[in-house]
Amino acid sequence: MADLTATSPFAGARLPQRFAGCTLEALPPAQITAVAPYPGQLAALRQTLGAFPGPGAVIAAAGGRLVWAGRGLALAFDADMPQGSAEHAALSDQSDGWAGVSLRGTAAPMVLARLLPLDLRRLPPGSSARSLLGHLPALILRPEALAFELWIWRSMVGSAMHDLTGAMQAVGARQALAEPPTG
Amino acid sequence: MHLPCPCCGPRDLREFTHKGADDYLRRPAPDAPPEAWDDYLHTRANPAGRTRDLWYHDPCGTWIAVTRDTVTHAVIGATGLEDAQ
Amino acid sequence: MKRRATGGSALTRARKLGFSFDGRNLQGLQGDTLASALLANGVRLVGRSFKYHRPRGVLTAGSEEPNALLEVLRDGVFHPNVRATVQELHMGLQARAQNCWPSVRRDVMAVNDLLAPFLGAGFYYKTFMWPRAFWEGLYEPLIRRAAGLGRLPQTPQDAPHERAFAFCDLLVIGAGPTGLMAALTAARAGADVIVCDEDRQFGGRLLSDTGQIDGIAGADWAAQVVTELHALPNVRLMARTSVVGAYDGGVYGALERVALHVTAPGHAPRECFWRITAQRTILAAGALERPIAHPGNDRPGVMLLSAVASYWHRWAIDPGRVVVFGNTDHALATARALAADGMNIRAYVDPRTDLGTDAPFALRAGAEVVATHGRHGLGAVTLRQKGRDIRIEADTLALAGGWNPSLHLACHMNGRPSWDTAIAAFVPRPGMVPGMDVAGAAAGRFSTHAALHDGARAAAESLAELGLTSPDLPLPLAEDAPYAIAPLWQVAAPGRAWLDFANDVTTKDVAQAAREGFASVEHMKRYTTQGMAPDQGKSSNMGALAVLADATGGTIPDTGTTTFRPPFVPVSIAALGAGGHGKSFAPERRITSDAQVRAMGAPMLEAGLWYRPSHFPQAGDRDWRDACNREVLHVRHAVGVCDVSTLGKIDVQGPNAARFLDFVYTNTMSSLRPGRVRYGLMLREDGHVMDDGTCARLGEQHFLITTTTAAAGEVMRHLDFVQQAFCADWRVRLGSVTEHWAQFAVAGPLADDLLARVLDVPPALPFMGCAGVTVGGVAARLFRISFSGERGYELAVPARFGAALFRGLLALAEGMGGGAYGLEALNVLRIEKGFVTHAEIDGRVTAFDLGMAGMVSAKKDCIGKAASQRPGLHGPERLQLVGLRPVAHGTEIAAGAHLYAPDAPATAPHGQGHTTSVAYSPTLERWLGLALLRDGRARHGSMMRLDDGLRGRQAAVEICNPVFFDPDGGRMRG
Repeated sequence: MADLTATSPFAGARLPQRFAGCTLEALPPAQITAVAPYPGQLAALRQTLGAFPGPGAVIAAAGGRLVWAGRGLALAFDADMPQGSAEHAALSDQSDGWAGVSLRGTAAPMVLARLLPLDLRRLPPGSSARSLLGHLPALILRPEALAFELWIWRSMVGSAMHDLTGAMQAVGARQALAEPPTG
Repeated sequence: MHLPCPCCGPRDLREFTHKGADDYLRRPAPDAPPEAWDDYLHTRANPAGRTRDLWYHDPCGTWIAVTRDTVTHAVIGATGLEDAQ
Repeated sequence: MKRRATGGSALTRARKLGFSFDGRNLQGLQGDTLASALLANGVRLVGRSFKYHRPRGVLTAGSEEPNALLEVLRDGVFHPNVRATVQELHMGLQARAQNCWPSVRRDVMAVNDLLAPFLGAGFYYKTFMWPRAFWEGLYEPLIRRAAGLGRLPQTPQDAPHERAFAFCDLLVIGAGPTGLMAALTAARAGADVIVCDEDRQFGGRLLSDTGQIDGIAGADWAAQVVTELHALPNVRLMARTSVVGAYDGGVYGALERVALHVTAPGHAPRECFWRITAQRTILAAGALERPIAHPGNDRPGVMLLSAVASYWHRWAIDPGRVVVFGNTDHALATARALAADGMNIRAYVDPRTDLGTDAPFALRAGAEVVATHGRHGLGAVTLRQKGRDIRIEADTLALAGGWNPSLHLACHMNGRPSWDTAIAAFVPRPGMVPGMDVAGAAAGRFSTHAALHDGARAAAESLAELGLTSPDLPLPLAEDAPYAIAPLWQVAAPGRAWLDFANDVTTKDVAQAAREGFASVEHMKRYTTQGMAPDQGKSSNMGALAVLADATGGTIPDTGTTTFRPPFVPVSIAALGAGGHGKSFAPERRITSDAQVRAMGAPMLEAGLWYRPSHFPQAGDRDWRDACNREVLHVRHAVGVCDVSTLGKIDVQGPNAARFLDFVYTNTMSSLRPGRVRYGLMLREDGHVMDDGTCARLGEQHFLITTTTAAAGEVMRHLDFVQQAFCADWRVRLGSVTEHWAQFAVAGPLADDLLARVLDVPPALPFMGCAGVTVGGVAARLFRISFSGERGYELAVPARFGAALFRGLLALAEGMGGGAYGLEALNVLRIEKGFVTHAEIDGRVTAFDLGMAGMVSAKKDCIGKAASQRPGLHGPERLQLVGLRPVAHGTEIAAGAHLYAPDAPATAPHGQGHTTSVAYSPTLERWLGLALLRDGRARHGSMMRLDDGLRGRQAAVEICNPVFFDPDGGRMRG
């Protein structure tokens, strides 16, 4: 059989989308390794990797980004896992399981308020959170105050695009109606 | 309603799945008499007032034991299961 | 009623808006509500009441309106029960009166009013009792036709609605003097503040009176505060937003009218339902003025004094000749202020005897209104003073029966308010809703000074709770006039006096309810329907309660209130369901071959959240079964390809991984050698089967287990629970890798030939073996497992290569006389082999029932083992898995049909079991079924009767071994 060609999780999705001064676009695919330290091995793993993120943290380590992604779990983005990491943690390749989009712009928090049941004051720039984007499980990063990375499961990209573009469109339409408050 | 996840902080109820009373944590020995297993599986106190029950925070995968009041609906606190036993 | 030439703080006079009411073209102004625009056009009759079809006019100027409920055209259909006092006017708005026919002026059903003596409280309950035979056929359709106010659109409504979440330190509900003062105080302290107000404009009653704050008009002071708040980054001002419910944990529901005031809203959501989470809340919702129950008080032209003042100041509506009927110093002061502003007030009527003498209108002390006159609107009022009736020509009667604090939200968590004799009203108790403070008029503090003072106080207390420092903010100067009420609940005079205008409940109905034994307030409410209209009794509950107390000889506080429940104002289902309908109802999970299989014309079936191809139609197929049969035979005779990526895949790693799997599976996984796969069964702790799947040992400390498609989430939660609750210190970690791998079944006698052309180096795998392989250099995994009973494999590649691999496999299979197979063929193949799915594992079956008791290892403990061995979960009384086949080969059977002995009646006590799955087997050329049958394994070979009551079909069937095809498994092992 001929060589396998790769298909983007966003094949068929209409991206980028621009509404309401917000841009939604696909993030380039990343090498993603799930890193789950074994009980009692966190200190040893920290030594091996140089660092390991606590809840909500995003840190630079092993040549890439280590993103807290759940209970006792980090996702290593484009990192070179050092020899010996597997002694202290379960490692599994999850590169193809996740699809990332970037949402940035002044109205980005307003768009997310339509989907995320999350207090964004608790997600300061430089942090991560697990939550629900509409009904979709999501990993949310906030690299900057008005820039978000939304990582969702590959199979749910269609639903995510529907919900996100719908929210952007509604926020944009609202802006067109906006009037200053009167007393 | 919000529940406090030890990992994630206070989160909307929609992020959680309920399991039941924390009796599930006190699993009898394999050779315990049938009465002990029956109690473990089926007998619940249903208190008016303070209770402790188990919830799963689906987004982060943490099982927690939540202490709350069934009369006032006050949520008093929560711990991860590793610390709850 | 007409528009004054000048004034109207809400209006933009330069912008004229054309609209229509009942087909009449009218003109209003930018800033009008539908109610003010109708009044400006002299329209006083706007609808008919529910029961007696009495003429109704605008009573209030707010969301509490019971009368002016209209149908308004929106997105192509008329929406019922739109409050004209809330609906903002826009160009081209079309409204019509409801609950009348043929027109609001000539309403045929007004005949009900003549029958009123027979239609009193409890009429329906008493009348439609007998004969019983009439209940369903006659009475119910009759009652249903009469029921309901307005008509619902009969087509699905898909105009955009929105839901959103918001979080803040302090939520301020209401932006009158109290709310604005509280918000300003908290905002200057740096708290994150959200201010919600129902109105388009902030200011509350400051917009409707002439009082001053700090030497400037109250409305100007409000405008200054709003300007400052708007400029602060920590403040969010939400106009047109009604907070409708208070819930646990500081969560409030709020309905925002986003685009209902716009002619062509396009994509803008019509409404948004907010879930606001607040650390602290200040309820500053003000108070609602109450009418007075006097004879004829429901005639169009009778309004609340506060509404008359609002329409005068904000919308420049001249009410003509006005009689004011009040019982407080506040009412008298309001009348004086309006008269000073030019309103034609002809008389002020008050039952109190000492009103002073100095007024620009007739002061009628010790007097009450006893009648009103006019057909479709008020023309005159009769008042009685010292036993003498006096008739006064009037266009408007303004009622001012005192004020009820808007404490509804404070009572939403079942708190009961307390009675304050000084203001003759219920007031909230502290702590009714955790984290909520009630301030200003909502707490019964009515003067402007008291409102400002209380707003500042509440904000300071909230700031202290939040750990913030209160700013040094001087209290603005404002009036602090006494309220001084002499309660007047009903005027003792002949004639009907209305309490609930929308549902037509009079003082007599309440008294009658008490006489007939419905003396508790909750019973009275249900018996009379008082307070059950869209306004939920905002203008009538207090009066009804007082009349009930009078009728029963009790006091008002002892009589108590009905329960306050959300929502505070009506909320459309579209707003409540926003974010959860259509494509947003549930996520759609798509397999990597989705585009390809859809292009092949495959109908898609939902499997959990996944979409899987049902079958692959071809030209000439009569129906789906032709396609399914073809695909089954491809697998049996050549090779078939099926996307099985939807199965849950969980990566289990660690030094204690095998020990953990032994604990969660009934069988032993620790004895599995690397490179081998084993079928596994998981139980729930109560001994019933949770799920089944395969467990592959990829390495000494590395396993990959699969779950069924639908149970993947449940199994993951279960495994996490077992791990975190019972083995937290074991060195094992679980991770879902379902999404990372695309996996395809390749099954059939030619499966090896096909794989030989796909794999770079095909391994020689034994049955139930697994290995790492490469496909065009891409690392992949190969499992020799079979769900079809044929020689079969599952090949997994990283998902990005899924689409390409499926295309490649399909082309090869088709070249070998095979092809793709869908979910229907997969189901037939597994039924032929007696393999179970969740059709059989329905939550009530045990390993014993499935004939798998031997899989529960005797040598170790596992989840569910102890319970699985208790009495009742095994033995001949259990329903056990069997196969069945109709005696006549061609007889079609269906799942869900029940099994009976051949001569037994088809009734529940004789039921012996039921079919769980059926299929037509093209391999065996007959219908087959799997069933759960009492003592089934001992009954192989016996004949039974299958009764399909739903479809009215019966069949004689033979019970047999559930494995119909290749019972010794030679084809898949070989």
